Amino acid sequence: MLQVRQLEVHYGGICAVKGIDLDVAPGEKVALIGANGAGKTSTLKAIARMLPASGEVRLDGDDISQAAPHTLVGRGLALVPEGRGVFARLSVRENLEMGAYVRHDSSAIAADIERVFGMLPRLKERAAQTAGTLSGGEQQMLAIGRALMSRPRLLLLDEPSMGLSPIMVDTVFGVIRDVVREGVTLLLVEQNARLALSVCDRGCVMESGRVTLCAPSAELLDNPAVRAAYLGE
Amino acid sequence: MNPVAPKLRAHLGIALIGVALAVLPFVVGATFGNSWVRIVDFALLYVMLALGLNIVVGFAGLLDLGYIAFYAVGAYLYALLSSPHLALAFPAVFASAPDLPFWLVLPLGALVAGLFGVMLGAPTLKLRGDYLAIVTLGFGEIIRIFLNNLNAPLNLTNGPQGINNIAPARIAGHALSRPLELFGAQIPSVTLYYYFFLALTLLVIFVCVRLQDSRLGRAWVAIREDEVAARACGINTRNVKLLAFGLGATFGGVAGGLFAGFQGFVSPESFGLLESIMVLCMVVLGGMGNIAGVILGAVLLALLPEVLRWGAAPLQQALFGSVPVDPETLRLLLFGIALVLVMRLRPAGLWPSALRRRELAAHADGSAP
Repeated sequence: MLQVRQLEVHYGGICAVKGIDLDVAPGEKVALIGANGAGKTSTLKAIARMLPASGEVRLDGDDISQAAPHTLVGRGLALVPEGRGVFARLSVRENLEMGAYVRHDSSAIAADIERVFGMLPRLKERAAQTAGTLSGGEQQMLAIGRALMSRPRLLLLDEPSMGLSPIMVDTVFGVIRDVVREGVTLLLVEQNARLALSVCDRGCVMESGRVTLCAPSAELLDNPAVRAAYLGE
Repeated sequence: MNPVAPKLRAHLGIALIGVALAVLPFVVGATFGNSWVRIVDFALLYVMLALGLNIVVGFAGLLDLGYIAFYAVGAYLYALLSSPHLALAFPAVFASAPDLPFWLVLPLGALVAGLFGVMLGAPTLKLRGDYLAIVTLGFGEIIRIFLNNLNAPLNLTNGPQGINNIAPARIAGHALSRPLELFGAQIPSVTLYYYFFLALTLLVIFVCVRLQDSRLGRAWVAIREDEVAARACGINTRNVKLLAFGLGATFGGVAGGLFAGFQGFVSPESFGLLESIMVLCMVVLGGMGNIAGVILGAVLLALLPEVLRWGAAPLQQALFGSVPVDPETLRLLLFGIALVLVMRLRPAGLWPSALRRRELAAHADGSAP
């Protein structure tokens, strides 16, 4: 579904992503783990064309490395940006409607809003509230719900646990589990390696701009080096 | 609750406002004289300008400090195409004064102003906030300085002296600068202009309301709130921003053309930075993003200086026996105080939009199954 070849991202003179290769098969859930500044978010942003990058990115076989970022939603790719990025002064419902911006089937959109509300009952309670007044965890749920409104086949999730209390992190990851159970392909960037690997089939470890190890989650959880570096053991 | 009652009340309200707007010039003319009708005409021009700027600042959240440049472009284009200036300056090219119909010149001015809007928008796409404000401010000044200096080597704008003898708007063969005999009664020129400007203002309001509720309107709200998220939602942020600049500038161009025809004279002086700031203040004071608020702000700030000019000197004379503060100085003083008070007490403007939006959202949710 997604093929990344020799992806490089530069910020001025600094090379943040140094030519990485990454494959995500349809229906697969892949976690990108690593320390702060390893280049995880840059990789995700480059795939979503939010950052200028060199290298090749293929979605369903088509090269999207020159595509305009706003066209990717229509191709079935949805990004939940780092820091959530909800539309603070719009209501929860309006945020979800914005997620369906590229769609024109208003009755199906209404049905999808109800579906998201069914998955995230917390949001339904706050449907008329402005997004800025939600708690961090609720905003993260809203950001995920908004991304689902475009009916993506590939979901890119950037640090969903960032800035959340431990209990909220569990709730948000519960939501992510529910979402991927419906068959969406997932590329998850996350610092909390244990949680990320518990959701995903496969994990890739990034270190200073390079992917150093890719393996099934169970294997990574058993790998002594990974355990020492990322699982705090 | 009877569902008919609020609807009826809304219709009644619209009818009352309609009647009030229709008789306004006669009431004002009879009580205060026709010079006040002229002031109301100018207020309508400011309403159009403020609504145009509201698209850029209020809807799309792009701070524009050079908006008056588009007003200038519209005004000068109208002036050049409706006055003998070009024929006088370039007798070799123009044998006689261009005599284009007014209804062609006005849309042309709007179009050119809109293009200038896109021209300003294109290089500033990646700028936000303070940086955008500085660039737009520079743009406004560039246009004004060009107008001031383009009398040499080719006398295009006649420099600081401005362009004179601009033909007035003509409707059905009647020049609005002359009174109209109708059923034995004489309708003064300023009243004719009032109805003309009112009609166009209503059109601008209609377009703004439709834009606000459109897909484009929602895209503007999204980029105002969070540009990255907007792009992630599939919004073409570049085009949407350019459209905001272009449409806002178009309205400015229309108002500029009307101004040139109404005044009969344009000069660079009318398009200074203070004018840009004044229009921005109308938007901010009234309530950024809320059409009704912006109209209120424009009317208040357009009338304030005139009310002061009329009332401040006699009032001071009566109170102190002399006039210690010149009305023009007082205007800026009061203006500053008003802004400070609004920012302190009603930071979202006199008639803010967010509240209304929240109400609507709550309402929509209540009616959902």
